[in-house]
Amino acid sequence: MDRRSLLKKLFFSIPLLVKGDLFSSSEEGNPKTQKTKSKYGMAVQVEKCIGCARCVEACKIENNVPKEHSYFRTWIERYIVKKDEEITVQMVDRGAKEYAVPSVEKDILRSFFVPKLCNHCSNPPCAQVCPVGATFLTEEGVVLVDDNRCIGCGYCIHACPYGARYLHPETKTADKCTFCYHRLKSNKHPVCVMVCPTQARVFGNLNSPASPLVRVKRMKNIHVLKPYLNTRPKVFYTDLDGEVR
Amino acid sequence: MNFTILNPMLDVIQQVTGYIYPNEMEIHWKVLIVVYPYVTGVVAGAFILASLVKVFNVKEVQPTYRLALLTALSFLLVAPLPLLLHLGHPERSYEIFLTPNPTSAMAMFGFVYAWYLMVVLLLELWFEYRRDLVVWAEQGKAPMKWIHRVISLFSKDISSQAVAFDMKAVKVITIIGIPSAFLLHGYVGFIFGSIKANPWWSSVLMPIVFLFSAIVSGIAMVILLYMIITPLRGKSIDMKCLDRVTSYLFYAVIIDFSLEALDFIHRLYESEESIQILSELVSGKLFGSLVVIQVILGMLVPLGIMVVIKAFTLDQELRKLLYFVSVILIQIGIFTTRWNVVIGGQMFSKSFRGLNTYTMELWGLEGLVSTLGLLILPFIILFVLLKIFPPWGMENKKANGSGPPEPQVSQGPEAAAVSTAASH
Repeated sequence: MDRRSLLKKLFFSIPLLVKGDLFSSSEEGNPKTQKTKSKYGMAVQVEKCIGCARCVEACKIENNVPKEHSYFRTWIERYIVKKDEEITVQMVDRGAKEYAVPSVEKDILRSFFVPKLCNHCSNPPCAQVCPVGATFLTEEGVVLVDDNRCIGCGYCIHACPYGARYLHPETKTADKCTFCYHRLKSNKHPVCVMVCPTQARVFGNLNSPASPLVRVKRMKNIHVLKPYLNTRPKVFYTDLDGEVR
Repeated sequence: MNFTILNPMLDVIQQVTGYIYPNEMEIHWKVLIVVYPYVTGVVAGAFILASLVKVFNVKEVQPTYRLALLTALSFLLVAPLPLLLHLGHPERSYEIFLTPNPTSAMAMFGFVYAWYLMVVLLLELWFEYRRDLVVWAEQGKAPMKWIHRVISLFSKDISSQAVAFDMKAVKVITIIGIPSAFLLHGYVGFIFGSIKANPWWSSVLMPIVFLFSAIVSGIAMVILLYMIITPLRGKSIDMKCLDRVTSYLFYAVIIDFSLEALDFIHRLYESEESIQILSELVSGKLFGSLVVIQVILGMLVPLGIMVVIKAFTLDQELRKLLYFVSVILIQIGIFTTRWNVVIGGQMFSKSFRGLNTYTMELWGLEGLVSTLGLLILPFIILFVLLKIFPPWGMENKKANGSGPPEPQVSQGPEAAAVSTAASH
């Protein structure tokens, strides 16, 4: 079995397994029937990420993200803080050996992986600046791009503090993570959440006290990226290192 | 899925120092977006120079008045082109007018532009030229007279009351026009200054810096054109006018320089999170274009030249030469200023951990050739406009001996119109 078909099987099997567990809990209900009540978010448990980048790969397949290394809806950063305070950040790449760093090195103080994606801000600067309103915030709290309206001016790409957007080379419109909106609509989790082997990504409804996401928010130290910009992200990081930007 | 790096991407990666977000590999606002603020800057600056004549009654500057208005118009007509060409979907650009997003500064472009073009520039030009157009339509030669008749909207009244009304209208429009010119270019600055994600752009001073650099570039452009066109017409340059206009230019450059210095010192003193990467940018990849071209060649050298001209009594020819050199240096300087803002703002990562590189392509929509084309286009438009609306008005025709009889003209066409009106 090759990797592609394995992933495909994973996509189709895991949602079925988790479906009962997450979406049908009594408070939360079905996102389809109670969509006005849902507000989606994601918690990224930094300490659980092993940097396998399966989420990156799955996302590229699921969402037709261009293969090139300058287009990502989600990506993994590896931080290496050395004892002399020197910090190296790399993007984790499957198969790119140039990036491999020896895992044991005496002068390393700490090292960790940080998955990145669109923060689905509640106060999204991208939607604020879009001249034609092609980028918008849905009532479920997901930031989307209407690629039939987008004029491809690139203003939103500059307004995003997180580098989460790119101009799709084929459609010539802005593109970014949608929390796999098409999957949400059929009661499935985003594909990055599904394929994560360590459950580093926890997806759910912020309005539901029983959702695992809210549980993570309750139990862990939570931080968001660049809070001083007042974008109010809905992607939360647990035990986030101060060096992460 | 094959995740090995493609060869062209390797090239890009090699130009990157440190870490940048993967989506930042590609620079989205390329040289066309440098051209846009440069061109609108010339519009605003040229208009403000023209306004000095009407609002503040600076008589010495009169010979540049109509030239300044026509310069503003020809650059304004080109201003939307670089924007259109850089869009991913130029065919959808009308959406900006149909469904503008009220919170977007960019969505206001269409309205600010339309206001400035229709209400300010075209109207002012029409009232300013109406009397001449009527005269030309009556006494000119065949194809041109028809054009003049149509442009004059078939008006025929050149009575003293009508001309007095024209002059009054011009004055009112100019008074509305000054804040509009401020709006036009201040708004371009706001597009950049309001991006909180980008510390190189995000500054409350940005619209003001843009405005003053606009005034600098507009005045310098009009001086340059005046100094080139006048000898070509076989006339001599009015040194009183030239001295006065360059003196305005001098003060504008001082204000512009002070504002930029203030911005620089403020950033350095506050020394926020981004200061390290920005200093790396300024002392490294932007050193040539920012420190050498923009600050030293584009500002300090012309300022020095103008101080020398003011301090010593130099002879006319030398003064002309020095003025000419400084306005060219200033043009290059202001274009580089736009470059440093637009391209500089994309050369560092928002992770503040790395720098990117931009290499301009030669061909293609956003390449060097189309950029040069866009920069030459306003001069071609200006050439046509000068044929249709000779700014030197009656004076020209009188020299040819074929024009209508005119009273003694010493101050240019507007004074001519007024004195004609007075003689009725």
